[in-house]
Amino acid sequence: MMKGFPKKFLFIIGVFLAAGFSLAPFLWFVLSAFKDQTQITAIPPQWLPSFSMESFSSAVTRYGIIHYLLNSAIVAGSATMVTITLGTLAGYALARLPRRWAQIILMGILACAMFPQIAIVGPIWRFLRFMGWLNTYQGLIFPYVALTLPLAVWILTLFFREMPEELEAAALVDGCTRLGSLVRVIVPLSAPGLFTAAILSFIYAWNEFFLALLIMTDPARQTMPVGIALFQGEHTIPWGEIAAASFITTAPLIFMVLLFQRRIVTGLSAGAIKG
Amino acid sequence: MASLKLKGISKRFGDVVALSNINLPIDDGEFCVLLGPSGCGKSTLLQIVAGLTSQDEGSVFVNNQPVDHLSPRDRDVAMVFQSYALYPHMTVAQNLGFGLRMRGIHKDTIWKRITEAANLLGIHDLLKRRPRELSGGQRQRVAMGRALVRRPQLFLLDEPLSNLDAMLRINVRLELMRLHKQIQGTILYVTHDQVEAMTLGDKVVIMKAGSIHQIDRPETIYDRPADTFVASFIGSPAMNLFQGNLIRAKRGFIFQSADFSLNLQDIPLNFKENTIEIGIRPEDIEISHGSENELKAKVEIISNVGSEKYIHTRIGSATITARARKEETFLSGETISLGINPSKLHIFYNGKRI
Repeated sequence: MMKGFPKKFLFIIGVFLAAGFSLAPFLWFVLSAFKDQTQITAIPPQWLPSFSMESFSSAVTRYGIIHYLLNSAIVAGSATMVTITLGTLAGYALARLPRRWAQIILMGILACAMFPQIAIVGPIWRFLRFMGWLNTYQGLIFPYVALTLPLAVWILTLFFREMPEELEAAALVDGCTRLGSLVRVIVPLSAPGLFTAAILSFIYAWNEFFLALLIMTDPARQTMPVGIALFQGEHTIPWGEIAAASFITTAPLIFMVLLFQRRIVTGLSAGAIKG
Repeated sequence: MASLKLKGISKRFGDVVALSNINLPIDDGEFCVLLGPSGCGKSTLLQIVAGLTSQDEGSVFVNNQPVDHLSPRDRDVAMVFQSYALYPHMTVAQNLGFGLRMRGIHKDTIWKRITEAANLLGIHDLLKRRPRELSGGQRQRVAMGRALVRRPQLFLLDEPLSNLDAMLRINVRLELMRLHKQIQGTILYVTHDQVEAMTLGDKVVIMKAGSIHQIDRPETIYDRPADTFVASFIGSPAMNLFQGNLIRAKRGFIFQSADFSLNLQDIPLNFKENTIEIGIRPEDIEISHGSENELKAKVEIISNVGSEKYIHTRIGSATITARARKEETFLSGETISLGINPSKLHIFYNGKRI
């Protein structure tokens, strides 16, 4: 007991340090979102907010963030759906291909994901202009799918590999086609893997700033991160509204992760195979 | 129900020959057991029949029609897997009905067949449960039920009892025999357990390293093993096998090994002197006096299995196991006489039975 105590104590301190370090900035802007104009710029800084909703209403009415939010939802949602669909098909094929060949393809996919964004943004932009897709939803969905697909394929391939092949064999003998056995048996059992891949893809697309800034020059199509960045006028930085808008952007993500955390952790496949 | 015929089936995985030239006829309603050590290709053969793996050469015939071009779903076979492969996200009822639903059969018919199979297997009160809420034995029944409701041409069973504990295995084995009597289905059954094979099979196929060694009724497999592999594989404890020379004597032939010699009978007169192997099952050895082929052996170990005893003895460098009645008593180190009836001897030349 005595020997274990200091070790445990250090461990707890470590956890608090790590959590505090990453949560402090987040906490500061959450607090800022609930302050009024004078509290935000007060010197010395005022810690406790007055829970004024002034910044929120201003962000919605003056800066029209609902509209940005909608764009973000459309782009991130569609990108995630396309990524998961393609990732499932590719991941299943790679999981069942002979290991050696699958490994080569997986490495190739990973290598594609290694390019820095700045290196590929030029070609992407020119391609989108050629297609006439600048300032369109598909113009942003398309590169997001390309950028999130490698990770999704990796996650799903590794996940499908763990699925017992006898389950598919049973589905085939029971009268399914290959695709049928994937959709009716493998996919329902892979929910944890699919959720993980979907959430990571969605977070990427939801938060992505650089491509969104370059591709969506029309305010009507801009997504939330770009919208927030453009709150800033020539002479003013509306910190309150920025904080409020950031809070509104981040909250759904946190909510989603907390909601699906259960599903990610729960092994649905228990009971498939004896033992 | 249907007959099944395998003609010249061969399969390689890279450099490994998994199956070579397998020929096997199975009659309508026959219970055929593929028996062999693990890795002998018996499961691969089953997968080829199901259409899950494709063979390199040869053909599979169902009712004398080739089915090689058909996908698993069009072959109308049902399979029970070693792991049961129940769909974990479905209830027992959904598991049972899945194959019928995939074939577009009407809901009422599906329900009728599910109830029928569930009653037959005694799992009707489990229908609403999920596989993870079932015991091993119950899962096994559901897996059987999933095959039964389909009413397929052919049942394929891949070591369906190997995940059950010993007591349960015996019960389910008996049930399986009863079930086969009732439904009269054609069954191809894979196992590595010789007791399962001998008790269940109308026909037993002994396989090793991708080849068939013998196809026969269980009694014949036991009484007249076709070669030394079958002889040593079937029977527990195993048949005693000895290598030695065949020597022509005044009256017939004599078997001469480094440690002992025996008179032989039933050997074709034109047979040349040669190196041969002889085999004798433990229960065919009489521990007594005055036999024609009497051997003096030293008792080493006594295994008491309750209903009888097995006496492991030694003659020089050779060890011989003999069966004794449970009432008899022996002492380790004691010298006893082993009586061997020449008509009970199995004689092999080049590994094959003479």
